[in-house]
Amino acid sequence: MAARISVRVETEDFDPGDELAVLEALPGGAVASFTGLVRDEGGLKALHLDHYPGMTQRQIEEIVRQAAARWPLLGVTVIHRHGTLPVGARIVFVGTASSHRVAALEACAFLIDWLKVSAPFWKQAIRQDGGREWVEAIGADDARASAWDMR
Amino acid sequence: MSDLRLLYFAWVRERIGVDDEEVPAPDPDMTIAALLDLLGERSAGHASAFGDRTRLRAALDQQFVPLDTPIGTAKELAIFPPVTGG
Repeated sequence: MAARISVRVETEDFDPGDELAVLEALPGGAVASFTGLVRDEGGLKALHLDHYPGMTQRQIEEIVRQAAARWPLLGVTVIHRHGTLPVGARIVFVGTASSHRVAALEACAFLIDWLKVSAPFWKQAIRQDGGREWVEAIGADDARASAWDMR
Repeated sequence: MSDLRLLYFAWVRERIGVDDEEVPAPDPDMTIAALLDLLGERSAGHASAFGDRTRLRAALDQQFVPLDTPIGTAKELAIFPPVTGG
């Protein structure tokens, strides 16, 4: 059975409960998810997320295809927001459904690790004092994603 | 010969001051890095954006590629910093 795959790149907020309900309606019996939010760092007001329209959706779909080839998944939902998101706002959602908890959990972790290093988004920090700076990539994120190739 | 569309993101776009621009299609054997050398002469902003190659990544026709990749017959070249999504 082909996995039910949903990838959305959008500015609007989403309801993780609604997204989980869709995955829970599949017959697998195991659903895992990750929600990423704008972290409350001292002095931060919001994050602005820039992305590469056209490439973003396709790139995320490619990562999802890799996950679906590697684990027996019944459903995958990935939502990634862009635009200006205040502290506490949801940025990203990854949900996976499977008949096996290990598959659901591992695929979810794989997806968020790879999204971080290969989906064309760029975060800009907007400080409460009005200052702005682009967030630097973290080498440890590359290492985490690459580690999946060796497992 | 068609043009090559250049797209810039994040601080690369800010330093150059435009979202995108078109250049005459370069020789197919020219690498992205060699094209950046030429583009760097266009303005101080270009020179600043393309100065430190270790901080740049590229996509040719919406596929990530190393900077030493020949441009070939690609229609779109995007230049940007390492991604920071998720």
